[in-house]
Amino acid sequence: MTDLAIRRSVTVWLAIGATGLVFAVLANAAWAQGNRGAIALAAAAFGGMATILLRWTQGRCVEFGILLASLLYGSAVAAAQTRFAAFPASGIAGLIAVQAMTLLAGRQARLLRSAPVSAWIGLILIGGYIFVWALAPILAPYSESQIVGVEYVPWGPNFLLGTDYLGRDMLSRLLYATRNTIAIALAATLIGFLSGTAAGLLAATIGGWVDNALGRFMDIAMAIPQLIFALLILTLTGTSITALILVIAFADATRVFRLVRAVSSNVLALDFVEAARLRGEGLNWIMRREVLPNINAPLLAEFGMRFCFAILFVSSLSFLGLGMQPPTADWGSMVRENAGLIVYGEVAPLLPAGTIAVLAVAINLTVDWLLYRASGLKA
Amino acid sequence: MSGVSVSTDPLLQITGLTVEVRADDTWRPVLHELDLTLHRGEVLGLIGESGAGKSTAGLAALGYVRNGSRFAEGSIRFDGRELVGAPERQLRALRGLRVAYVAQSAAASFNPAWNLITQYTEIPVKRRLRTRQQAEADAQNMFKTLLLPDPKGIGYRYPHQVSGGQLQRAMIAMAMSCQPELIVFDEPTTALDVTTQVEVLTAIKLIVERFGTAALYISHDLAVVTQLADRIMVLRHGCKVEEGDTRQILDKPREPYTKALLGQKIERRRSTPSPAGQPLLRIDSLSAAYARRVSVLQNVTFEVGRKQTVAVVGESGSGKSSLARAITGLLTPTRGTIALDGKLLSPRMQQRSRSDLKRIQMIYQSPDTALNPRQQIGEVLGRPLEFYLGLRGKAQERYVARLLEMIDLDQSFARRFPEDLSGGEKQRICIARALAAEPELIICDEVTSALDQLVAQDILRLLQRLQQELSASFLFITHDLATVKAIADQIVVMQNGMVVDQGSRDSVLKPPLHPYTNLLLSSEPKLDPNWLTQLLATRAQAYG
Repeated sequence: MTDLAIRRSVTVWLAIGATGLVFAVLANAAWAQGNRGAIALAAAAFGGMATILLRWTQGRCVEFGILLASLLYGSAVAAAQTRFAAFPASGIAGLIAVQAMTLLAGRQARLLRSAPVSAWIGLILIGGYIFVWALAPILAPYSESQIVGVEYVPWGPNFLLGTDYLGRDMLSRLLYATRNTIAIALAATLIGFLSGTAAGLLAATIGGWVDNALGRFMDIAMAIPQLIFALLILTLTGTSITALILVIAFADATRVFRLVRAVSSNVLALDFVEAARLRGEGLNWIMRREVLPNINAPLLAEFGMRFCFAILFVSSLSFLGLGMQPPTADWGSMVRENAGLIVYGEVAPLLPAGTIAVLAVAINLTVDWLLYRASGLKA
Repeated sequence: MSGVSVSTDPLLQITGLTVEVRADDTWRPVLHELDLTLHRGEVLGLIGESGAGKSTAGLAALGYVRNGSRFAEGSIRFDGRELVGAPERQLRALRGLRVAYVAQSAAASFNPAWNLITQYTEIPVKRRLRTRQQAEADAQNMFKTLLLPDPKGIGYRYPHQVSGGQLQRAMIAMAMSCQPELIVFDEPTTALDVTTQVEVLTAIKLIVERFGTAALYISHDLAVVTQLADRIMVLRHGCKVEEGDTRQILDKPREPYTKALLGQKIERRRSTPSPAGQPLLRIDSLSAAYARRVSVLQNVTFEVGRKQTVAVVGESGSGKSSLARAITGLLTPTRGTIALDGKLLSPRMQQRSRSDLKRIQMIYQSPDTALNPRQQIGEVLGRPLEFYLGLRGKAQERYVARLLEMIDLDQSFARRFPEDLSGGEKQRICIARALAAEPELIICDEVTSALDQLVAQDILRLLQRLQQELSASFLFITHDLATVKAIADQIVVMQNGMVVDQGSRDSVLKPPLHPYTNLLLSSEPKLDPNWLTQLLATRAQAYG
C-alpha cells in the first residue's frame, strides 16, 4: 500500500511539473506571437493535467475534470477567435485531449501498449488529425477565407498545395476544414450518443411500455431514409450549423438506441443486476453503475464507427450544398468547389477526399482493435 | 501405468503430451507431459477439478486442440497411427468413425433446426457406410438399446421436444452411429439431475458392456466415474497426480490430493432444536405462475424458525428456485402469503421498504455472473453498507475489512476485481455481500453447484461456521443431498411445484421414506463400483 502511495505521489509531482512546463512554453510562445489560439491550447493542457491530478488524488473526479478542461479550453478559444462555431468544437477538443491523456496516464496504459501495429497506425493518424485540429490557426500560413493569389496556382513554395478556384490557399483551407468538419461530426456524434445511450438504457432497464414506446418511435424514425430526412429538415430550418448537428445527431441516436438496448438487455439478465435490484437500488444506479461500465467496450467501438459515418454525412451534405456554407472550409464542399479541376488531371480536389478517406481508415483500424478487445472480454 | 504386458497394441497411447494455450504473448502449458494408455474395451476415468486439463486430454484423443492452443510436445498414437501433426484429412477420416465425442451439454451440441434422426444418420450416410434407410433402422435399434421411450418415433422429434436426459442419451446413441472403437465422454452427466444421471449412466454402461467400446470418461465426480471405469487417472493443474485400478484408487490412494478427493464428505452439523415462539418466515399456501398460466408453485406452506436452516430439495423444474424468487418478491404469487416476523410482506419487491429488503438477502448459484466485473470488491461490499447502514469513508473501509476477515480473505482483496478471483473466492465475496446487509434471512440458491468439489466443501464449512456465529436463518436451495445432510435442520422436499415431504432432517431422511425422497436418495452416486449395478437390480425388482 505504501509502495503504491509513493508511486502515486511521484506521479502527481511529475504531472504538476509537466503541467507547468507545457503551460509555460505554450503561453510564452503565444505571448511572443500574439497568438491567442495557443493560449487556449495551453489552457486545455492545464485542464487535462488537472484532471489527471484529480483522478490520482481523489479517485473519481474524471467527469468533473473533463468538464473543467473543456470549459477552460472552450472559453479561451471562443474568446480568442470570437467565432460561435469554434465554441463547441473547442470544448470537444478539450474533452478529447483530456480523455487521451487520462488514457495514457491511467491504468489503461498497459492495455494501450499491447495494441497491435494496425491499431497503432490508426491511433497515430488520429493523433495527427487532433494535432492539426487543435493547432490549425498556428499551422496555417494564411487565413481560411482570405484571397491570397490568382486562381488555381500550381503547387509551389508560396502555396504548398496551390490555390483554389477563388485564389485561396489550399493548405490553409484544408487545415481549417479539418477543424470544421471534425468538430461538427464529433458534436453530432456526441449528442447522438448521449441521447441514444440514455434512451436505450432507459428502455432496457425499465422495460414494459417505456421500452415499447421508445422502440416503436425509433423504428418509425429509422424507416425514413437518413439523407432524405436530413434534406427535408435542413430545407425547412435553413442550413445553420446547429440544425446540421442536430439532424445528424438524431439520425445517429436511433442506431445507438438499438445497440445500447440490445447489449444492455444482455447485461440486465445477469445475476449481479438482480442482486442490485433486490437491494432496492434505483434506476440511476442500475443504469450508471451496473450496466454502463459493462457495455462501454461495444459502445466505444460503435462511437468510432458512427463518428466516421457522421464525417461522411457532413461531407455529402456539404457536397450537395446543404452542409457548411461558404466561405467556411470543409472537406465535402472543398471537393465540390474544385471538382472542375479533375478534368485537367489535377489532384487538388482529391486532397480533401483523401483526408476523409485516411481519417475513415484510421478510425476503423482503431475501432477494429477495440472490437477485438470487446469480444475478448469475459462475460 | 499398467505394468502387465499385453499381447495386443494399445488402442490409444499418449506419451509425454504437452498442450499449450496462448495467453497474451506467451504459451502457457495446460497439459504437462501426460502419459496415457488405453486398451481396447477398456474404460479410463479422468478425474480433476476445472482447469485440470481433463477436457484437453479428452480432445487430444481425437487429435484435436482448441482454438488458441497447440500440441507442443509428445505424441498421440491411435491404433498405432500418429495423430500429432497428421493432416486434417486423415484426422477427419478418424473422427466420428473410429473415435467419437460426447459433450457435456447435449442441448448446446444438437442443431435445434434438425430432428434427432437426421443428425444421427448424417455421418454414416455422408461417409457412405449406410444408406439412409439402413442408418435410420440403426438409429431406432440404438434408441431401443439405450432404453429411450418410443424408439421408433423419438428420432423424428426435434431437440427441444425431448427432455435433457433423453437428449443426452440420444447424443450417446449418435456417437455410436458408426460403431467407433473409442468414445470420449466429457462430463456427460454434470448438467443433469441425480435421477436423470442414473438413466444416462445406465445407457453408457450398456454401450460399454454390449459393444466392448473403449471409453475415456471425464468427470469431476469421483463417485460417477467409479461406476464405469476400469482404471482412474487423477489430474490436477495439467499434471497427472495418480493413476491406478478403480479399486486401488478407492481403497489405497497414494497421493494426498486423491485422499482429499476421497476424503470424508463434510461432517454433519448438530441440528439446532427449533426454537419456541414465532417463526422468522412463514409461507402460507403460496402459489405462483409464469405468464399467468404455467404454474410453478402450488400451495406451498412451510416455516423457517429463527437461527434455523431449512433446506429446499428437488430436481430442476421442481419450483425451488421459483420459491426463492417469490420470497424475494421477484415473482409475484397468484395466491398465498409470505410473512416475515409475523408481518406480511408485499408480494412485489418494488413495494417493499428498504428495511424489508435488507432483512432478506440472496446468494446466487453462479458467482461468475453474480458479481459486477467492473466493480472492485471493496465497492461490491461497500455499497450495501452505504445503502442500508449509511456507512461511508473510513467506517465503511473498516467494515469491509471485517467482512473479508469473516470469510477468511485477505484485506488486499478489497482492491481487486472479480476476474482476478477464483470461483471459490468469488462465492465467498457473494456471501460477504449478503452478510453486509446484516440480514435476518439468507437465501442460498444452489451456492455450491457451480464449484469444484473441494472448493464447495470449503464454502459449506464457511456457511456452517457462519450459521453458528450469526443470528440469521438460512434457506438452502439445493439438489445435492450430501449438502442437505451437512447443513439442514429442516428439510422441504419439492416436486413439480408442490411440497411432497417436510419435517426435521432426521424425520425426512430416516425410514419410512416418502417415495420421491427415496428416489432422490437412492440416485445419489456412492463411492462404490457396484452401486449402479445394485441400484438397477433393486429398481428392476421393485418395478417388476
